[in-house]
Amino acid sequence: MLYLIEQCLNGIQLGMLLFLLAAGLTLIFGIMDLVNLAHGSLYMLGAYFAATFAAVTDSFLAGIGLGLVATLVAGMAMEVIAIRPLYGRDHLDHVLGTFGLLIFFNELVRLIWGPAGLTLSLPAEMLTAVQVLPGIYYPLYRLVIILATLAVALLLYVLVMRTRIGMLIRAGASNREMVGALGINIKLLYTLVFGLGAALAGFAGMMQAPLAFVQIGMGENILILAFVVIIIGGIGSIRGAFVAAIIVGMIDTIGRAFLPDLARHFVSYSAGSSAGPALSSMMIYALMAAVLVFRPEGLFPASGK
Amino acid sequence: MRAWLTPRNAFVAALLAILALLPIYVAVTGNSFVMTLFTRIMILAIAAVSLNLIMGFGGMVSFGHAAYLGIGGYVVGILAKEGVTSGLVQWPLALLLSGLFGLGVGALSLRTRGVYFIMITLAFAQMVYYIANGLDRYGGDDGLTIHHRSEFGGLVNLSNRTVFYYLCLALLLACVYGVWRIVNSRFGQVIQGARSNDRRMRAIGFPTFRYKLVCFVIAGVLCGLSGVLLANHTYFISPALMHWTRSGDLIVMAVLGGMGSVFGPVFGAVAFLMLEEILPPLIKPFAALFTILTGIDASHAHEYWQLALGPLFLLVVLFARGGIDGLLLESSRRA
Repeated sequence: MLYLIEQCLNGIQLGMLLFLLAAGLTLIFGIMDLVNLAHGSLYMLGAYFAATFAAVTDSFLAGIGLGLVATLVAGMAMEVIAIRPLYGRDHLDHVLGTFGLLIFFNELVRLIWGPAGLTLSLPAEMLTAVQVLPGIYYPLYRLVIILATLAVALLLYVLVMRTRIGMLIRAGASNREMVGALGINIKLLYTLVFGLGAALAGFAGMMQAPLAFVQIGMGENILILAFVVIIIGGIGSIRGAFVAAIIVGMIDTIGRAFLPDLARHFVSYSAGSSAGPALSSMMIYALMAAVLVFRPEGLFPASGK
Repeated sequence: MRAWLTPRNAFVAALLAILALLPIYVAVTGNSFVMTLFTRIMILAIAAVSLNLIMGFGGMVSFGHAAYLGIGGYVVGILAKEGVTSGLVQWPLALLLSGLFGLGVGALSLRTRGVYFIMITLAFAQMVYYIANGLDRYGGDDGLTIHHRSEFGGLVNLSNRTVFYYLCLALLLACVYGVWRIVNSRFGQVIQGARSNDRRMRAIGFPTFRYKLVCFVIAGVLCGLSGVLLANHTYFISPALMHWTRSGDLIVMAVLGGMGSVFGPVFGAVAFLMLEEILPPLIKPFAALFTILTGIDASHAHEYWQLALGPLFLLVVLFARGGIDGLLLESSRRA
């Protein structure tokens, strides 16, 4: 039971990270109609920036703050230089062009930071565990991730639903041409949205960095998961992304935690250990395939589309 | 009258001549690396040609084509591990399973279109990828070494490098010819019609779903063949064979070469895999010049050749949509 609660919290934590990535991806997808395979590169860049700035300033928080600004700027520069010409072209062009960017960023990171990878270490006060329920201890940092992400999600909600810029973003998602025709600087709006998405992805990368290693290609597998999330949630829908991210995070974590034991009842011990994680990953893709077949618009389609 | 000696045809002829004569060059110089490289190029060219059949002519952008490479490869590897080394069992079974997988994936995926199609094919490929990761007995994520190439009794000896090379060449040419025949048949016309206007094709009485599904299965079988050859070529299989970036590589090959023609992806495969050999030496003189001008040491710049590769894709997308084949065609028209 203790184990189950702990794993549920882990699932939520992974789900929140996925949400950060998926929110940017779904905004970019919904508004600019752009399939961005280089979104995972921004996740990677965020982690590298934060690790570097944290090492320079010797402060975790400063690393995160400066890293966020750097990722935002990198994302906006990327949009202006490389992404802008891709708008309005077909999806195959997006796949190919952003796949090229992904290769470029992997190589650029290798050039700047070297092939070895970095670590981002937590301040000492973060390394404790807290009692979340009587008798249940949970690492403080993972709780911080959940809370920080929830705060970001709330901010995003307020930004999109309650501000003028959010209104433009929503208007852009339902009818791009009309927003442009009404005299809104659509180019600037796109750059802002892309930068916002980049910062969200970078934030996810730097939150994950202390739990894992900061390395080249770290964004590639989680990017595909983020795509799964936005397909399940419905393209362009932030609410859908939120729910789907938690579903996917839970399936992945719970599956990894319990399926190996289950599988070991049927096959040998070591076969079960490797089949378990594979099964839980498969379940995620099976869910996505099922959603695409039966409800192609996603579980929570963006309204007005 | 149409001139036959266009730059494009000359290019195709030159490439075929090089491919046909390469083993002689290798026999004379003893440079077996070139032969290994070109065997690999031809094998992946088969995969790219098969992808182009559905993507270029059918408008079905499959982002999970590498799954068939994996299925073909794993059938060979698993059977070899279990002691079945006969190619007469391995190959038909591999092609059959690739076809069945294509049938299942196609039947579900072809209900969707556009970006949803891209994503659902990716999802199925990821499932196969994770199945391979979970196959503990067959190496899990470490992969599996294959000790013997497929055996065909006394018929052909695949362990002979030159024989294997020519087999790959023959199969590549057969695939290109086969796809060319398909594209120019009535069946192929329906597929291309469905790409430009599916609804209209259905309105005039073609059940396009069935046509597209058959096309999807054919492409799967051909790519499965490529996987069989790849496993035999490298004596090794691993889930990395079907990592999603590998599917991306195949798309790059098809687009880089040119999706408008059957032969284009062959150019693409050659160019994509040769860039790794060509770009670093190309960068070296520039790096040397840079060092002379600025005094900064850039002697390692050629190691970062992929830095040029990514933007190159972007430039192809933006300015050379027809790929290499398109550029050649254009110069042919001007000539």
